[in-house]
Amino acid sequence: MSVDLILFLILALVAIATALGMLFSRHAVYSAIFLVLNFVTVAVFYILLGAPFIAMSQVTVYAGAIMVLFLFVIMLLGAQDLPPSQALPWQRPLAGILALILTAESVYILTVRARPDGLVTQPAASVNTMDSLRAMATMLFNQYLFPFEVTSILLLVAMVGAIVLTKREKGEQG
Amino acid sequence: MVPVDYYIILSAILFTIGALGVLVRRNPLIIFMSIELMLNAANLAFVAFASVIQSFSGQIFVFFVIAVAAAEVAVGLALIVEIFKTKHNINVDEMNSLKG
Repeated sequence: MSVDLILFLILALVAIATALGMLFSRHAVYSAIFLVLNFVTVAVFYILLGAPFIAMSQVTVYAGAIMVLFLFVIMLLGAQDLPPSQALPWQRPLAGILALILTAESVYILTVRARPDGLVTQPAASVNTMDSLRAMATMLFNQYLFPFEVTSILLLVAMVGAIVLTKREKGEQG
Repeated sequence: MVPVDYYIILSAILFTIGALGVLVRRNPLIIFMSIELMLNAANLAFVAFASVIQSFSGQIFVFFVIAVAAAEVAVGLALIVEIFKTKHNINVDEMNSLKG
């Protein structure tokens, strides 16, 4: 068993445990903190897979910006604990069974049917981080320049949308 | 070396936990976090497959997914705040009318 594999298994356990902790925490703040831990674990997976830039974006954008936004809203809304729903009592067990079926099916399809031909083990990650970063930047700003610019417009629209949605109308009492 | 299958299996498990969260929780904030978890699982599968075929396209797609997720969270949380302001409750079971 190589060091990589041991590292992977421990991190996979942490990732699944934090995801389940996010799911079953009664308090929304605990869920958010569990999710931050999960995002950081996934960032380490990205480094193991030879994608350092994605790992850093994951930490800054997901674990940083998005989760801070979540925590702001949780605190704004008072982080109330909702009582378990009585509306559909059979929903929880049914959801559990369906989730197990979904896991089994997606694992089967992704590992048996959708696998790239003949390549089952991951090749050595790029040793030189700067080289892989430079190659990725070249690709991003040449081949994918148009989607990149569209993304900037999307972010602008989202920003304007969020401001318009939360802005009070003139003269409105609230 | 870790076989890439392990990453794919982990990604499938994380995705399912996210889907389960959307199904069983009643707090829209937790539902949102579960959606983020699902996006993350998809990103992990993207990067894992990209590392197998030695291409940067997968990583660039993940970069775009992260940007779209940030936009989605900004608008979605603004909507939740607005719903809370009108209904003073964020239980998704209560959100059954289109008119505010």
